[in-house]
Amino acid sequence: MGSLDTAARPTIGRSFRLQWEPAQEAHVLLYPEGMVKLNQSAAAILTRCDGRRTVADIVTDLESTYGLAGLTQDVCAFIALAVERTWLELLS
Amino acid sequence: MPTPASPRGNGSGRSGPPLWLLLELTYRCPLHCVFCYNPTDFGSVGPELETAEWLRVLEEARELGSVQLGLSGGEPLVRDDLETIVAAAHRLGFYTNLITSGVGLTEPRLQALRQGGLDHIQLSFQDSTRVMNDFLSSTRTFELKSRVAALIKKHDYPMVLNVVLHRLNIDHVEEILGMAERMGADYVELANTQYYGWAWRNRDELLPTRAQLRRAEDVTARFRERVGARMRVFFVVPDYFETRPKPCMSGLGRVFLGIAPDGVALPCQAARMLPGLAFPNVREASLGSIWYDSPAFNRYRGEDWMKEPCRSCPERSRDFGGCRCQAYLLTGDAANADPVCDLSPHHHLVTEAVDRAARRGTALASEHPLVFRGHR
Repeated sequence: MGSLDTAARPTIGRSFRLQWEPAQEAHVLLYPEGMVKLNQSAAAILTRCDGRRTVADIVTDLESTYGLAGLTQDVCAFIALAVERTWLELLS
Repeated sequence: MPTPASPRGNGSGRSGPPLWLLLELTYRCPLHCVFCYNPTDFGSVGPELETAEWLRVLEEARELGSVQLGLSGGEPLVRDDLETIVAAAHRLGFYTNLITSGVGLTEPRLQALRQGGLDHIQLSFQDSTRVMNDFLSSTRTFELKSRVAALIKKHDYPMVLNVVLHRLNIDHVEEILGMAERMGADYVELANTQYYGWAWRNRDELLPTRAQLRRAEDVTARFRERVGARMRVFFVVPDYFETRPKPCMSGLGRVFLGIAPDGVALPCQAARMLPGLAFPNVREASLGSIWYDSPAFNRYRGEDWMKEPCRSCPERSRDFGGCRCQAYLLTGDAANADPVCDLSPHHHLVTEAVDRAARRGTALASEHPLVFRGHR
C-alpha cells in the first residue's frame, strides 16, 4: 500500500457516521440501511480521521498512545482499504 | 430492503438488540401500487400514533440499542410531523433513512429535513416511462418524481433509486437504468417484487417468466460493466426462482423491529397476517418488554419452532428456514420450511406458480385484472 500519501488528511466518507454504541460496546460505522461494527484497532484509527490530521499525524498519535513503533504500514493498509470501501475520503 | 450487518446472536441465550427500527408512520399513501406489501385490509387498522407516542418509541428503541431508523409507510411525507420525528431521531443518535415515493417532498420540507439531520433518502420509481410509472402506481407522478430526484441531488444527498420489478416492467430494465444514469443516481436497487399484501393478491399477474428474468440480469451485467463504480446497481432476484430461501429479516426477532401506524410492533412488516400471534402495541407495553419478552417476538426466534426439514438442516443457521409469512401464505403453516427451498415438501407450489407465469407469457391477463391498492 505504498501508494497512500502520508500527507493526505483522511475524513469519514459522505453518508457514513462513526459513533460509540453502548449496547454493542463498540464503535460502529453507520451508512444507509447498514452498519459495520468496528474492532478496537479499526476504531482507534477511524476516530482519528477528522479531516485535519494527516496519515503521518495519525500514525504518530497511535504509536505514542499505545506505546508501539512501526505502525505506518498497518495503518496505511487499513486506511487504503477504508478508502476503497468509501468509509474514508482523502483530503489533500 | 438491505438489512444491517447481523449482530452476534446465534439463537442461543438472550437476543441482541433491535438494531434496525422501522417506523411505518402511516398506511396512507397517494399511490396505489399493485405490488404494495401493506396489508390489504389496512383500511380497518386503528388510529395512527400521535407525535409524542412516536417520540417515546424512538427514545425507548435507542435505549435498547437501535441504530438504524427507517421512516416508511404508506407515504411518510403524508405526516406533517415527519420533520419533528426526524430531528428527534437525529438528536438521539439514529442514522435516519427516509423511504419515500417523493410525493409531498417539496423544497422547504427537504430543507427542514436536512436541517433536522436526515441522513438518507431512498426514492421509489415504478418504471422509466411516465406512462408505465403512472399506470403501475395508478397516479400521475412521474414528472413529480423526476423533479424530486433533482431536488435530492441539489441538497447533496446521494441519489438512491428503488424500482420494484415484476412482469409488467422487468423488460424495461435497460430504460430504467438509462433513466437512473441521466438523473445521476449513485445507487439503484432493482428489487423484484416480494409476494405479500397487495402483491400476493396480484401474484400471478406480477410474477415474471424465467426468460424475462435472465434478460434483465444480462442487461444489468452489461450496464454495470459500462458505468463501473460511478453507479452501483443491486439486482434482487425474486426468491420464487431460487432453490434456497432468503434469510428473511436475518431471522425473526434478531435485528428488526417494525412499528405499524397504529403502534403494533412487528418482527417483520408483513408479519401482521400471521395467525395465532397477539402482536403487542407500543401504547400498552414498553419496547423492551415487547422485544425481549413478548410471545409474539419469541415465537419464531431461534430454532426451537422449526419443523423438518429445517430442524435438522445444516443450513438452518444461515437462512433461518426462510420467510414465515411466505410459508404461511403458501402452505397454511408459518412453521413450515419456506417453500422456496427445494428441500421443502411444498416446493412444487412455488415451481407451479413459476410455470403458470411462463405459460401465460408476458401479456397482461385480462381474466384476472390487477387490483390497485385502495385509498385510505
